[in-house]
Amino acid sequence: MTGPLLAAAEPLLRTEGLTKHFKIGNALSQQVLHAVDDVGLSVGERQIVALAGESGSGKSTIARLLAKIYKPTSGEIYFQGKPLSSMRSRADTLHYTGLVPMVFQDPFSSINPVFRVSHGVLRGLKLHRPELSRQQRYAEALRVFDVVGLSPAAEVMQRYPHELSGGQRQRVGFAQALALRPRLILADEPVSMLDVSIRIGLLNLMVQLRDSEDVSILYITHDLASARYVADRLVIMYAAQIAEAGPIEEVLANPRHPYTQLLLSAVPDPKAPLGVGAETDKGEPPKVIDPTPGCRFRWRCPLATGECHSVTPPLRELLPAHTVACHVARADAVTEAFR
Amino acid sequence: MPTGPASSGPAVLEVSDLSVEYVMDAGSVVAVDRVSLALSPGEFIGIVGESGCGKSTLLFGIAQLLAPPARITGGSVVFNGQNMVGLTDKQLAAVRWKDLSVVMQSAMNALNPVKSIGAQLKDAMRAHGVTEADRIADRSAQVLQMVGIDPVHLRSYPHQLSGGMRQRSMIAMAMLFTPDLIIMDEPTSALDVVAQRSLMVQIKELQQEFGFAVIFVTHDMSLVSHFSDHLMVMYAGQVAETGDTRALFGSPLHPYTAGLMEAFPSIRGPRRQLSGIPGSPPDLARPPEGCRFAPRCPQVMPQCATTPPGLYQVGGTDVRCLQYDGAGNAGSLP
Repeated sequence: MTGPLLAAAEPLLRTEGLTKHFKIGNALSQQVLHAVDDVGLSVGERQIVALAGESGSGKSTIARLLAKIYKPTSGEIYFQGKPLSSMRSRADTLHYTGLVPMVFQDPFSSINPVFRVSHGVLRGLKLHRPELSRQQRYAEALRVFDVVGLSPAAEVMQRYPHELSGGQRQRVGFAQALALRPRLILADEPVSMLDVSIRIGLLNLMVQLRDSEDVSILYITHDLASARYVADRLVIMYAAQIAEAGPIEEVLANPRHPYTQLLLSAVPDPKAPLGVGAETDKGEPPKVIDPTPGCRFRWRCPLATGECHSVTPPLRELLPAHTVACHVARADAVTEAFR
Repeated sequence: MPTGPASSGPAVLEVSDLSVEYVMDAGSVVAVDRVSLALSPGEFIGIVGESGCGKSTLLFGIAQLLAPPARITGGSVVFNGQNMVGLTDKQLAAVRWKDLSVVMQSAMNALNPVKSIGAQLKDAMRAHGVTEADRIADRSAQVLQMVGIDPVHLRSYPHQLSGGMRQRSMIAMAMLFTPDLIIMDEPTSALDVVAQRSLMVQIKELQQEFGFAVIFVTHDMSLVSHFSDHLMVMYAGQVAETGDTRALFGSPLHPYTAGLMEAFPSIRGPRRQLSGIPGSPPDLARPPEGCRFAPRCPQVMPQCATTPPGLYQVGGTDVRCLQYDGAGNAGSLP
C-alpha cells in the first residue's frame, strides 16, 4: 500500500497498525488488556466487509475505533485517504460521523423509548445536515423510512419504539444511519438479537443498501452463514488480531487458518450429515492481557508446533488477496484442523 | 408418538390438549391452543417457532410457572403419572428441581449476581433437604465437572464467568438431582456459534449419559437439526407440524416449516437469494378465521380463509394444513 501509483486505488477506509489497549487492574497491578492489536483492515467503495470472530475477539472495539468513540492507542485510520488523527475541529468530526454512522446490536435499547421513532432520524438530520429546512427534513425522513422497508412510512414514523417489532426497530436503526447520507455503515451484530425468520429481511436490506444507495457496510458478526450471504470480503479476528482475510467465497471454500476452520465447523447446517462431532472444541478465546510472543490460537490448535509457541505469526499473503496469520498454513493445500 | 430412540416404557411427560389463556380486561388471548405432546424417557424434543408463537408460554405451562394474567384453561400435563395442573405450590416444590428442572434463556438474569455459583448450588440443595456440608460440596463440584467447568469456579460470581460458562453452570444446577426432564428455553441464543455448538454437544453427551428427557425451545431450526429426535413446529399458539426431526428436515409438509427452513442462509452450496417468510405472526387477540398461517402462506387456497385446518396425520408426521385434509386420517382436533 505504498507508492504514489496506488493512490488511485485508495479504498474508502483503511487502517494501518490499528491498536487499542485498555489499562485494567488497580494502581498496584497495572495490566494492559489488548483489545485490538496491529490491525490492517480495508473497506472498498460499495463493499460489504464481514468482520467475524467470537465474543471478545475485538470486533466491536474496532467498530468503536472507526466510529471515533475510542481513540486508538496507536496506528491510524484513513478515511478517503485522509488520516483521522488530523481531524481536529468539531465540524470535521461531525462530518465524519455522518459519513460513517453506526447501527447497534440491540434494537430494544438503542432507540429512545419516550420519543416517536422519527425523532432519531429528524434529530440526526438537523445535526448533520443543517442546510435542510423543516419540510426537507421531513421529506428526507419519509424517504429513508421507505428505503429501509418501513411502509407506510408516514404512519410508521409516528409510532413509538414499543409499538414496533424487533425487526422493524432494527430497520429504524438503519433509517437513522441512512438519513446522514453515509458512505460506510458500521453494523455491529445487527441481526443477532432477531428471530431467524426476520434476519433474512435485514440481510437483504443490507445488500439493497449497497446496491442502490452505494453504501459500504462493515458487518460485524459471529455467524459465518449470514456473512456469506451478504458480504464480499471476510475478515476473521481472533484474540485482538486478524487471523485470516480475503474474498469471502475463497476464504470459506479454502479456509487456511485452523481458527477459521473451527468457526466453520460450528455453524449449524441441517444439510450436513447426521452425527455429533466428537472432536468439538471446548476452549474459549483468551483475554489478551500482557501477551508474550507466539500464536494466540496455539492452545486450541491441534496443529500447533514449537514455532507457534515462541513466534507470533505475521499476516502473510498466501494466495492473491487472501492473507493468513499462521505458521502451519500453506498456499498449495488446506491443512485441516477442524472439520 | 412412536418416534425417538428410547420410546420403550411409559412416557415421562404427556401433555394433552393444553390451552393457556392470558385473561385481560379487553378479552382473553389464547396463547397456547390445545397442544399435545408426549415424551419418552431420554427423548429430545425441539420446539421451534417465531417470537410470539406461544412456545415459551407452552414451556411455562408445562412447568407450572405461569403467573397471572396467564392461566391454564384446559388440558392436562401428566408428569411421571401425576397431573401437574392444579397442584399446590407445596406439591410442586417437591417435584421441581428434583424430577424436573428448567434452564432459562438468559443465564445472566437467571443467576443471582450477588451470590457465588457455589452458594446458589447450595441453596437449591438445601431447599430439597440436602443439608450436610460435605455432601453439598461434593455434589456441587461434581456437577460443575460434568459440564466442563473447573470446580474452583464455585467461588466465582456470575459476572466473572463468560456467557458460555454461565449457561453451563445453569445446566449444572439443573443436573443437581439428576432429573427425569430438563426444560430448556433458548439456552444458547445469547452465545456465539462456537460456544453454542459446544454447549449443544455437551447437553447431548450429558443426556446420553444420564438419560434425562429434554424439551428444547428455539427459534433457530438449524440448531436442533442434529440434536433432537422429535421436532414440533408451533405457529400462532398451535402445533403446525410435529414429527421425526430428520423426516421434517427431509421433507417439510407445512408451508410454514418449509418457510422456516428457507429462512437461514447456508454455509455450503450455491449462494442464492432467500426471502424468508414475509409478514409477521397474527395478533392472537384476533386470530384469522380459517388457517392462521393463510395470510403469509405461499400455497394458500380459497378454503384456507374460512376453514380452520385440523391436525392431519401423514406418515409419521402430524400437520395442520388443509392440503393434507383427506390425505390420511382425519385430525383429532376440530
